[in-house]
Order: sequence, then C-alpha cells, then structure tokens
Amino acid sequence: MLGILRQRVACKGNPAPLSLEQGIRVIASKAFSSSAKEMTVREALNSALDEEMSADPKVFIMGEEVGEYQGAYKISKGLLDKYGPERVIDTPITEAGFAGIGVGAAYYGLRPVIEFMTFNFSMQAIDHIINSAAKSNYMSAGQMSVPIVFRGPNGAAAGVGAQHSQCYAAWYGSCPGLKVLAPYSAEDARGLLKAAIRDPDPVVFLENELLYGSSFPVSAEVLDSSFCLPIGKAKIEREGKDVTITCFSRMVDYSLQAAEILAKEGIKAEVINLRSIRPLDRSTINASVRKTNRLVTVEEGYPQHGVGAEICASVLEDSFEYLDAPVERICGADVPMPYAANLERMAVPQVDDIVRAVKRACYRSSSLAATA
Amino acid sequence: MKFISEYPEKRIPCYRVLDDEGYPIANSMYEQVNKETAVKMYENMVTLQVLDALFYEAQRQGRISFYLTTTGEEAINIATAAALTPDDVVLPQYREPGILLWRGFTVQEFANQCFGTKHDLGKGRQMPVHYGSEKLNYFTVSSPIATQLPQAAGVAYSLKMDGKRACVVAFAGDGATSEGDFHAGLNFAAVMEAPVMFICRNNGWAISTPISEQFRSDGVVIKGQAYGIRSIRVDGNDALAVYSAIRAAREMVIREQKPILVEALSYRVGHHSTSDDSTKYRPLQEIDHWRTARGPVGRFRKWVQRNEWWTDRDEDEFRGHVRKQVLSAIQAADKMDKPSLTELFSDVYHELPSNLSEQEKSLRETIKRHPQEFPVDVAV
Repeated sequence: MLGILRQRVACKGNPAPLSLEQGIRVIASKAFSSSAKEMTVREALNSALDEEMSADPKVFIMGEEVGEYQGAYKISKGLLDKYGPERVIDTPITEAGFAGIGVGAAYYGLRPVIEFMTFNFSMQAIDHIINSAAKSNYMSAGQMSVPIVFRGPNGAAAGVGAQHSQCYAAWYGSCPGLKVLAPYSAEDARGLLKAAIRDPDPVVFLENELLYGSSFPVSAEVLDSSFCLPIGKAKIEREGKDVTITCFSRMVDYSLQAAEILAKEGIKAEVINLRSIRPLDRSTINASVRKTNRLVTVEEGYPQHGVGAEICASVLEDSFEYLDAPVERICGADVPMPYAANLERMAVPQVDDIVRAVKRACYRSSSLAATA
Repeated sequence: MKFISEYPEKRIPCYRVLDDEGYPIANSMYEQVNKETAVKMYENMVTLQVLDALFYEAQRQGRISFYLTTTGEEAINIATAAALTPDDVVLPQYREPGILLWRGFTVQEFANQCFGTKHDLGKGRQMPVHYGSEKLNYFTVSSPIATQLPQAAGVAYSLKMDGKRACVVAFAGDGATSEGDFHAGLNFAAVMEAPVMFICRNNGWAISTPISEQFRSDGVVIKGQAYGIRSIRVDGNDALAVYSAIRAAREMVIREQKPILVEALSYRVGHHSTSDDSTKYRPLQEIDHWRTARGPVGRFRKWVQRNEWWTDRDEDEFRGHVRKQVLSAIQAADKMDKPSLTELFSDVYHELPSNLSEQEKSLRETIKRHPQEFPVDVAV
C-alpha cells in the first residue's frame, strides 16, 4: 500500500525516493509510471561509467573484482566484456598499490577510476590519496595534475561491524586539493560520477552500499549521455520554511521521511541534499538557514570534527543573527560500529532521531540539556 | 621434501667493469663510451659534487632550511642519466638530482628551488631538493618513501598505451624496499607487464639503519626473482658498469615490455641530510674510506685521464669554474624575490575555486590596510 502511494507521488513529478526497508524493496511498476523512467543507483553508476569510457579512451577502471566478477557490488557489470582487460583492470589485493598505480597513470595523462571495495579499505591507500593525489598539483606547481576518481561504498551497511562501517566524508572533506562528492539518488549518481570523471582534479566519490538497489525516477535529460551535475552545488530535495535539514547519501532518505512525518505535525522542513562535501555549498545552506532560522545537520559519521560540525561553523560565521535556536547535530554514535543488530540500530541515526531534533529546534519539545 | 634455504649458497655476483684503480677488468664486457660522452659524464659528476658541497654549506650557514647530498652516488646518478634518453620518464626518490643535471637543469634552477624564489619552477611550494621538471621528464620529488614505485607502474601502463620507444625509471633506496609500496609496485609491474626499470640505490644506510637491519635477504637483487622480475646487481660506484647495465636493461624493458630490477651497490658518504650526523652511528674511518679510496668520481677520473681525455689542469680549471658558477647562483637566489601571494592559492585545484579567490582578495585588502603587520617580502 505504501509502495503504491509512493508510485502515485512519483508520477506527479515529485522525485519521491523509495526507502530501503530491510528486506522489503519496492520496485517501480511500469504500469503506474507515466513518462518517468526508473533507474537504480547501481544502474546509474554503471551507465555513467559506460558512457564516460565510451566517450574518452583515456578513462579506465581499476580495482579488486571489477572485471571478471563484474564488480564486488556489480557496479562495473558488463564493462570488462565491452572494453576489454586493458580498460577494466582486476588488481591483486593491495589498495596502496593500485591507488599508487592509478595516481601514476593519472600523472602521465590517463583518467583512472579507482574502486575501493569499501572506503574503509581506502585507509590502506590514504597516503596515495592525500600525499600523491590531493597535493601533487600544488606541490609540483601545476606540472603534475591528477584527474583521478576514487570511488566505492562509504559509511554503514548492515551488520558488517566496525571495520566496514565508517563514514569518511569528514576525513576526505578536510583535505585541500580533493573534491569530495556524496550522491544520493540515481540522478545524483549519474550526474556527479560523470562530473567527477571529467574533472581535472582528484575526486573522492562516496557511494552507499544500501542505496545501490534503490530505484529513482530519472528524466530524459538525466538519461542523456552528456548529462552532468555541477560539483559544489547542493540540491534542495524538499522546500520548507520552518527548519533546514542538511544531509547526504542515505541520510537524505531518512531526512525526507522525517520531513513527511513533521509535515503532518505542521512543521515544514527544508531538506538539503549536500551532494558535494568539498566544496561545501555554503551559500545554499546559509540562504536556507536565513529563510528558516533553524538548522539540523544529519550524518552517519562520527560527531567530532564531522561534516555537521563544519556546517555549524559555516552558519555561525555567515548567518549568526538569523539563528533562532541552537543548531542540532545528528550523527552516528561516538563508538566503533557494533555488530549486533540492536546495538547497530542504536549507533546509526534513525528517522525518529531527526524528527525529535527538529522538534527541539522548533521549540516543540524541551532541549536535551533541560531534561538532563 | 626439500626446503629452499633462506641464504643462497653464493651471493648474487656483482657486475663490474673498472677495478678500484680505474683499470678495466679483464674479460668484463661493457659498452664503449666515446671521449665526448665520457668527458660529459665526468664533468657532470664533478658539478654534482661541487653543487652538493656548496648547498650543504649554505644550509649550515642558515641560508636554506634543509639539504641532502648525493655524495658517493655520483656514478649512479650520472651514468644512469647518460644511459637513458630524454623520453624516458624518471620518478626519483630524492637522491637523484644528477639526472636533472644531465638533462639540462641549470645550477640556477637548482638554487631557485632550494631558496624558494619567484623563479623556482616549483613556485616555492616545496622544501629544498624536491626538484621536478615536466620538460625534462622528471617527476617532482615527493617525500613519503617508495610511493613512486606503484606510481611508476601506473606511468608505465600509460606509456605503454602511447606506444613510445621509451621506458619509466623509478629510483628507490635500500630502505624503501621495506615499504609496502615496494612490494605492490614490483608485483603489479610484473603482473601488468609494465615497461619500468626499478633502480635500487643500495647505499648501505637508511638514516641510521644499516642494511643488516633492513632486510635479511641477499640484498635487493634477489627480491626480483620473487616477483618474476629479471634483475642484476651492479657496482654503483663504477660509472662504466652502471652505464652498460642501464643501457642493456633499458633495451630489455622496451623490447620485451616488462619490468627489470637493477640493484646498484654504493655507499652513502654524506649524512642522510642536514638533519643528521652520521658520525653518531658509524665509524669515521668507514666514511672516509668510501669517500676517498672507493669513491666513484676519483675512480672514473683515473680511467678518463688514462685515456688522455682529461688532465689535472682541466680538473683545476673545471672545478674552479663550477665553484664560481654555483656560488654566484646561490648569491643570486639569496637576493631574489620570493614568489608572489598568488602562488599561495594557485594550483590547489586545476581552476582557482571561489572560496580561495575570496580569501586571496580578503588577504590582499588586509595587507593593504595593515601593511606594518605583514612581512615586506610578500609580493602582493
């Protein structure tokens, strides 16, 4: 029933995303959609890679399982058959190795797309990402540019524990020389990946495993092979006037669900899908806060030095007088991710957390400090 | 059931052409070097020596913040450079400025980088000895050890696609072979069949760590076989041996399109850098022995002079001339303006992003309003 309701909303032209309830996936039924085609995030990424590889022979993919296995998460499905082993390279297990090789290839003019099976493993290559890729153009005074993309799933999945669940948006987001993107919808995935591949600077592309199977309506414009989204621009997924919610990746889905719930209680939340962690779209965020006067930041990652902390600072610097309430930060718990399902649920933000935070920001419930 | 011994019965032999007195060893095959090349090689080795001595002193005088010398490894540097072509792409570690010197990097350009002047090709971005030149196919030096090894495999992969009759040459020291990147770089290059020559300058020391504490294998050459990579051990202080070995290796790398590992045995005569005092961990006599009796420059000089291609008078004149050149370059660099404010913000990205552009504007305005609070040598 819920699925059918969502279909109707989708047809009206609102890009209402489908949430991924554990085990239940609502798939678009062609009978209901009018002209809007649906595409999963996985298909969006695959088609973006395919089109960019077709358009530019210098683009190639490298990573573990990307070729014969069709990709650990099937993102590179079919590409080995289409482009051959010289452009879809299966690597031995060495993140440091293939990240370094990718950077070297980029130094000499190729455009590699390096896949990390999860960004948790990128830590084994982080020296190459930061010291070989991010800083090279600056350190070499423009002689060594690095048009590389590092992509893969980031953040929590489900039941994979501490070493497979960390969100790296804040870590990479703090580094000058890098661009850091976090797509949410299929449109985001296509547009931002294409932009990343075409960009002359190194880009860290943070996907989300649980979103790969999510389906979104895509317009003809999005399906066109020249489609591209600008890097550094956030998207207002839902307009509102009472409170601004900033989020990225899977948390966009949760925030939209929270906004639905809040709307029934008369609170109109504006949901901003950041899309770009670095550069951060400070102007869109601040314009929204100046309109709503209240801010709730949402992220999966750890609280300290997180994306929300940066957004708070930005808003305090640019829009202090416009705030009517303290900023609320919703983050993952300050613990390594536990495995047990009940504990994991407590360690990751849930829709209810966002709803409660918004209400606190709107003075509809007492602050946490008051109840302590 | 047979275990392979951890130590081979015999150590891998070392290829040599000249003995310690500069006489060709009987029955040693080598590629002939004509007078012009030999003299150019010798002159470059001397220039490198003089450069090192004077820049080291400049650091000691507080004129530059840091320096590291290539003393004792002049043959590895120059003979390798002479054996390559300008199309071969070099990824250095940091003790290979001789390659740049051979290819035409001027003494003034070296000084500009060390002093971080406005004419520095590197725009004053990096600490001294971190040279780089796109024009001369020499990748900018990067401090983390061994990162250039997997990068080299990547560059070679790209070069292979270009179909050029050239190869990639990546340098590493003995210490670098302990890094994970050494394993990844060599393993990958072998699997990918990348045309890259790995040259390991085994100079016996990684700061204070002697090779006996770095690895337990028979040096570095033996590691090639573990990766399926053909390798050779050469006397790194024998300019002719290095020249011949690199010429042969290069031929193989390009013709067969696979990696080769060259271990060049040498001795790091200087301290690791100006931040090091190696007399604290090794005996003075040892350093002295390798600086004088076993040094590569003197050994090659003996051979060149015996061929009557060089005289003692040439030596004095040339050294005097180079010394004057280097001193005046240092003088000039010391007085030169530093890079302008624009270079603080440029090249972070391909295009200057709006936030940095705003910051630059705001900084310029602040400097204009409060000039007394900013150093006078920041060209606005």
